[in-house]
Amino acid sequence: MQRLDDLEAQSVYILREAYHGIEPLAMLWSLGKDSNVMMWLARKAFCGSVPFPCVHVDTGKKFKEMYDFRARYSEEWGLNLKVFDCPPIESIDTSLPPAARSAARKTEGLRRAIESEGYRGIIAGIRRDEQATRAKERVFSPRDETGQWNFRDQPPEFWDQFKTDFPPGAHVRIHPLLHWTEIDIWRYIARERIPIVDLYFARDGKRYRSLGDQDITFPVESNASTIEEIIEELETTTTSERAGRAMDHEREDAFERLRASGYM
Amino acid sequence: MKTEPARSLARDLMKIVVVGHVDHGKSTLVGRLLYDTDSLPPGKVEELEAISARRGMAIEWSFLLDAFQAERDQAVTIDTTQIWFNTAKRDYVIIDAPGHREFLKNMVSGAAAADAAVLVIDAAEGVREQSRSHGYLLHLLGIRQVTVVVNKMDLVDHAAARFSEVSHEVHQYLEEIGVSPAFIVPISAREGDNIAAPSEKMPWYDGPTVLQALDSFQSLTRPLDMPLRFPIQDVYKFDERRILAGRIESGILRVGDTLLFSPSNKTGRVRSIEAWNASVPPVEAHAGESVAITLEDQIFVERGEMVSHADAAPMLTTVFRAHLFWLAHTPLEVGKEYKLKLTTRDATVRVQSIEHVIDTNTLGRHASETVERNAVAEVVLRSREVLALDEYSHIQRTGRCVLVDDYDTVAGGIISMEGYPDQRQATTVKSTNITEVAHRVTADSRHERNGHCGGVLWFTGLSGSGKSTLAMEVEQQLFNKGYHVYVLDGDNVRTGLNANLGFSPDDRAENIRRVGEAAALFADAGFICITAFISPYRSDRERARMAANEAFHEIYIKADLATCEQRDPKGLYRRARAGEIEDFTGISAPYEAPGAAELIVDTSDLSVEAAVQKVIDYIGKNFALDKGQRR
Repeated sequence: MQRLDDLEAQSVYILREAYHGIEPLAMLWSLGKDSNVMMWLARKAFCGSVPFPCVHVDTGKKFKEMYDFRARYSEEWGLNLKVFDCPPIESIDTSLPPAARSAARKTEGLRRAIESEGYRGIIAGIRRDEQATRAKERVFSPRDETGQWNFRDQPPEFWDQFKTDFPPGAHVRIHPLLHWTEIDIWRYIARERIPIVDLYFARDGKRYRSLGDQDITFPVESNASTIEEIIEELETTTTSERAGRAMDHEREDAFERLRASGYM
Repeated sequence: MKTEPARSLARDLMKIVVVGHVDHGKSTLVGRLLYDTDSLPPGKVEELEAISARRGMAIEWSFLLDAFQAERDQAVTIDTTQIWFNTAKRDYVIIDAPGHREFLKNMVSGAAAADAAVLVIDAAEGVREQSRSHGYLLHLLGIRQVTVVVNKMDLVDHAAARFSEVSHEVHQYLEEIGVSPAFIVPISAREGDNIAAPSEKMPWYDGPTVLQALDSFQSLTRPLDMPLRFPIQDVYKFDERRILAGRIESGILRVGDTLLFSPSNKTGRVRSIEAWNASVPPVEAHAGESVAITLEDQIFVERGEMVSHADAAPMLTTVFRAHLFWLAHTPLEVGKEYKLKLTTRDATVRVQSIEHVIDTNTLGRHASETVERNAVAEVVLRSREVLALDEYSHIQRTGRCVLVDDYDTVAGGIISMEGYPDQRQATTVKSTNITEVAHRVTADSRHERNGHCGGVLWFTGLSGSGKSTLAMEVEQQLFNKGYHVYVLDGDNVRTGLNANLGFSPDDRAENIRRVGEAAALFADAGFICITAFISPYRSDRERARMAANEAFHEIYIKADLATCEQRDPKGLYRRARAGEIEDFTGISAPYEAPGAAELIVDTSDLSVEAAVQKVIDYIGKNFALDKGQRR
């Protein structure tokens, strides 16, 4: 399992670089499988304790199972949980397609959280293989004062020397899972026995492959009811992970626009 | 896009970078590789056809990667993209590097992470400027496995003659920069010739397809058999444990190991390797692992210290050469200061000189006062603080650095120490702003209380001449007489004060230098300090004399080689004669006998008792204060 070991070592290295170089720092905890893996890696990196706040930007529209999960494991893992509510949908850019507009609420909620807490670093669990726009990301990805991502002029990033110097007002997104794939995530969950929300497992021929807001996330056809079955399913599927996420499919550039303005 | 690898359990993953001149067809090649390896999700080909048709083109494979709206319109790849595919042999992640000249920093960002490279060259255009500069950068970034593809063979009528011309041109350039391509494959990415299957249009070619060429590359292994390098990334104190965190860059670290920290030169023993959620705590950790350790001793070390074993330490220096690529809009200038990042160490460096700028097109070297954006140069950098580093040719991961100006990474470079010595052994005082403070207890009052003067009795002589035997016996007798006396013995100090030294000429010199300094401190404190070291070099003994000045007494413990070899108390002569010990004094390394020792004790013809007595008498005469001088 050298592949998972390599990924784990690299993610731990990234988390430690972030903790050393960026202050104040927070980790986004969306309650999904990726962010639980990320939380697990943080506990590994810091010998059991997560030394920065774990932020849940709450749309108020998550599944009940997710809220139960949040309550249980924030307690069990001793997390410094901070929940930020998103602004009402009416305040969001009306030019966006409906699902993207809904997702943009979360971006605005995050922007406000960053503003009120003064975070200079936000750790987010995005992966390159999820979506083509995310494939262009850096591990340490700077955002300007307005939270904008300038994908045309990204800093060079090589030899694990990350950008940790910023002008005042700017902040950085840190992506410790950038090089992981969906199947790596599941293999790691299986290996480490990481708790996840039950919605990922099939019930009545359907399961959630990716978890977002209830109204814009849809289950996929599946009979995979254990982690092993999910891994088996992923080994043969050619359907994309975010197939059930409505906002990705509304317009060719909808996701890119979301990301440029600060969406994860 | 569906790009994750299938069946990747226990399969190799190889990172491939695709480089080459703009418009030579890199993105097209990658798109075609995905198609030919069945790595595209259902509907993607149709989607691609629709997008291409909207822009009035036949199917354009490169649109797969050019995910951004802006890039589609301009048909230029802006940034690196990583995507996955697999062959029967293993999984691949392809880093599609952009070709435009101004996008060098993105190309470097992609290419630096690769295990192997594909250099794409247009069959019609041949080797162009960026073909050369990308080839050069692959070399600089340390990517040794390269395959060349000559693309767009359909545009030159699949002609063997044209292929051979381009191949020759490529070979010539790459050979000059020390890159030897594994294969040169004629292809048409758009048509799928020689990508996954041999092309019927080029029957004259009998080499591998692109996929076969990729499968022939070796996976890179972790540098376990290299010396230990463990840069300290951070020090945590979340509970009662003081934890040193970091990633092992090379070698193996074990519980119980004595670690050397550089440049502070502190040492500490590994008590534990901490692992959260592990049922059994690990006893060793390998290159590539991010670890957390605790030490038995509470020593103060911080981020940036380089951990090694004592016998294979990194070099210490305040000056080094960097062969670097410059990424910033503002040129590099002589005299300017930058922030150096060397693994986890940050330091300010000043550009001492620009040795030459290298034209990656012609490989010509020329003098310059500045290094412009996208140029490659060799410079000499100097720091105020001592840095622990390796030569890139020795250990890659600790032999490379980046430079930061203001908030931005402006350069990456590989390190050479050619023409500069390792300063680990330097004897000069490196610290500045030192003010010596006078003691209020005088030497005289110490001597009065002790009843004798302090001093150094420096025993020198061949191995087996009797130095240690005499030293210990003299110490016992002097102690019984009420002297303050202490012996510094060769083997004893090597477990503590000099634990980080080996037996190379440099290490031996440093061993003696430290003993000389330590002995002088004992003498200053009023002790009679006896040292028992072969100390074969006059220059080393002269340096020890300078440390203690008038209090230094050189005692030549004389015995001829035959006598010593016959005694051979530690069996060392026998092993040296058998060739098992290199540089053994008297056999394969010189012994420079003292020219003017204060005392000569010839143990060839004196009994131990007589020899001891001779030394005791000498001390009584030279160190004891008369009863009358006592108060």
